[in-house]
Amino acid sequence: MNTPPDLRYASSHEWVRLEGEIATVGISDHAQEELTDVVFVELPSLGRSVDAGDPTAVVESVKAASDIYAPVSGEVIEVNPDVEADPSLVNSDPYGKGWIFKIKVSDSAHVYKLMDAAAYASQIS
Amino acid sequence: MTSEIKSSPLESAHVGLGAKLISFAGWNMPVQYTSIMDEHGAVRSACGIFDISHMGQFIVSGPAALAWLNGLLTNNIAKLGIGQGQYTLMLNEQGGVIDDMIAYRSGADEFFLVVNASMIEEDFFWMAARQPEGVILRNESELWAGMAIQGPHSCEVFSRCFPSEELPPRNGISRTASGSIVCRTGYTGEDGFEFFSPAAEGISYWEKFIEAGSKPCGLGARDSLRLEMCYPLNGNDLLPNRSPIEAGLGFFCDLDKGDFIGRDVLVAQKTGGPAVKLAAIRYLEKGAPPRAHYPVLAADGTLLGELASGVLSPSLMTGIGMAYLPADFAKLGTKLSIEVRGKRFPAEVVKKPFYVKPSSPDSSSSQS
Repeated sequence: MNTPPDLRYASSHEWVRLEGEIATVGISDHAQEELTDVVFVELPSLGRSVDAGDPTAVVESVKAASDIYAPVSGEVIEVNPDVEADPSLVNSDPYGKGWIFKIKVSDSAHVYKLMDAAAYASQIS
Repeated sequence: MTSEIKSSPLESAHVGLGAKLISFAGWNMPVQYTSIMDEHGAVRSACGIFDISHMGQFIVSGPAALAWLNGLLTNNIAKLGIGQGQYTLMLNEQGGVIDDMIAYRSGADEFFLVVNASMIEEDFFWMAARQPEGVILRNESELWAGMAIQGPHSCEVFSRCFPSEELPPRNGISRTASGSIVCRTGYTGEDGFEFFSPAAEGISYWEKFIEAGSKPCGLGARDSLRLEMCYPLNGNDLLPNRSPIEAGLGFFCDLDKGDFIGRDVLVAQKTGGPAVKLAAIRYLEKGAPPRAHYPVLAADGTLLGELASGVLSPSLMTGIGMAYLPADFAKLGTKLSIEVRGKRFPAEVVKKPFYVKPSSPDSSSSQS
């Protein structure tokens, strides 16, 4: 299972890449493999303010709809239109083209409360 | 009713294949092995195999069996020759559906019924409470492992596994030399057969069919395949307060064969036209996959009901579903919308089934 070391992870299987005060969020390789066949992504509206743990996007497979939670608090400043057009990007490139939304974080220290790759890898093993 | 979770005799094979298991109708069953899309596609284009050991098998026999079953079931069982089967329904006194099943005539005075897993106990109690002299009713559900081998290549798979035997004709039933039961039926819209072996021999047949070219498929693909064909799922699309006339299954109800439980209600509905109908609904554009219980609204936003079943069709790549709607709104071409998390996706009532096989000039298989 691929868990890039430069990312942080939530126990609900989202990953976060922090660049300055901008956190890019997607779902982990493990999560996409569990969901299989992502066929629909519902993106949050721009400018929405979210608290860590809020259901923020929805990823759907043939089988089920799964909430994607904001791993950190802040404001949604960008969403990925490509995953709306081609949801399978979440499966094929979960850490790259399959990113889902970006949050301008209210407190970047929160990101470091998330798991590092080693801790996440042990959670899913 | 027991709350204990039952295991299929094939469970260890599923675990070995890395299947995801879920609880379904009181059974721990595989929902998927690799992906629902792939498994669905394998059945439409090649061959898939499903564990159906959870389904129930009843044997009804005796000189009075035929007449008795004809009073309990909607289709005319007297039309079956030995070795033939038919889709049929068992109704309550109000004409609502208790269960749908396939009834096969396995002998002159012997019938083999395959019923839904969730209804084995209820069906059996209903039948046993009405069982007359001269009829033997046996629940053999625990004795049999079951698997459905489905898809355009299923005949070749059978020939590879049983080179000296032949499949029964469509809807037919036969026995293999080794005592397993083969039925030329399924619930996917593809050619195929259902195979019942003594439970202990199940895994060896399962492996044999896979080796011969069938891909293991779970309940997820089984659901999307049956819904593309508008085949109803009991508990979702068939309900104790809905009749087969309302469900659009009048073809399987012989109102002229004599009396059966629920017949009066069906006659009245057929004469006056049912007030509600199970409509096939298809998205008009891309949208969130429709699922059971999502609200169905009229074009003007009036709430009409909820989806009985819904899925993103892997063959059509669009949302499909069925819902009981007032008859006026169940007409072909009626514009509707499906509400998903507060958003409305435009849809319309379409002809059943959703999926029509690309022209198949000859569905008979070549012997390999």
